[in-house]
Amino acid sequence: MVQYATADLDASFAALADRTRRGVLEQLGRSERSITDLAEHFQMTLTGMRKHVGVLESAGLVVTRKVGRVRTCRIGSERLDEVAAWIDAYRQLWDERFDELDRVIDVLKKKEQVDERSR
Amino acid sequence: MSAADDGTATSRTTVERKGDREIVVTRWFDAPARLVFEAWSNPELFRQWWVPRSMGMTLYDCEMDVRTGGTYRLNFGEGMDFYGRYVEVVPGSRIVWTNEEGGDDGALTTVTFEETDGRTLLVMTERYPSAEALEAEGGAADATHETFSQLEELLGTLA
Repeated sequence: MVQYATADLDASFAALADRTRRGVLEQLGRSERSITDLAEHFQMTLTGMRKHVGVLESAGLVVTRKVGRVRTCRIGSERLDEVAAWIDAYRQLWDERFDELDRVIDVLKKKEQVDERSR
Repeated sequence: MSAADDGTATSRTTVERKGDREIVVTRWFDAPARLVFEAWSNPELFRQWWVPRSMGMTLYDCEMDVRTGGTYRLNFGEGMDFYGRYVEVVPGSRIVWTNEEGGDDGALTTVTFEETDGRTLLVMTERYPSAEALEAEGGAADATHETFSQLEELLGTLA
C-alpha cells in the first residue's frame, strides 16, 4: 500500500510539473469540460490536449468518460470509492434493465401458452 | 466495498469485477433460453427493456442484425450513437459483440444463456482491452449514478 501511495504521488507531481496541466486542473475545478473545449481554451491541438489529459488521468487527478463521441473530463477523486460506486451504479442499471426484460419475457411466455392452447 | 455487497444481497443481479479488465453480470430468468434470446435479439422487443425509464434517455433508433458478422446501431439523439458488430451469434445460447463508439477502448461483450429445468442463467461478460479502458468506463457508470440521484431529487420536488 505504501509503495502504491508513493507511486501515485510521483505520478501526481510529475503531472503537476507542467503549466498547461495545472491550467487544465484549474479549469476542471470550475466545471466539467470536453477535450475539445480544453484544446480550444489552451489554443492547442486535440492530440496535444489528449496527451496532457492522459498524464493527468494516469496520475488519478482527472477522470474522463466518453458519451457518444465526446470525452468529458472532470477532477478525479478517491479511486477506491469510485470503483465501489461504479460497481454499484452498474449493478443498479443492469438490475433495472433485467426487471424490464423480465416483463418482456413474461409477455412472450404468455403468448406462447395461448398459441399452444389454440392449436 | 460494502455498498456493492449490500446491493447484491437485495437484488437478483450480481456484478463482479474479474481481474482488472473484466466485469461479469449474472441473472436468472424464469423462462427457457430461446425466449430470453428472442427478447435480446429482436429489435422491437430489445428496445422495450434496454433503456429503463430511470436512465433518463430516449432510444430513438435501434438497428440490429443479430447474426455473426451483422452490425447494430443504437441512437439516443444527436451525436449519441452506440454501435458495433456481432462477432459470434449462436441462436438460443450466445451473443458476442464489439462496442466501437469508444474507439480502441471499447469492450468486447459476451452474453450466454444457459437453460436448466426451464429457467435460464444469463451471464454477461464485458472484457476491456486494458485496465485503463475499464477505469475510464467507470466514469460513465458513475455519471449514471449521478443521473439517478438527480432524478430522485426531481421526483422529491414533484411529490
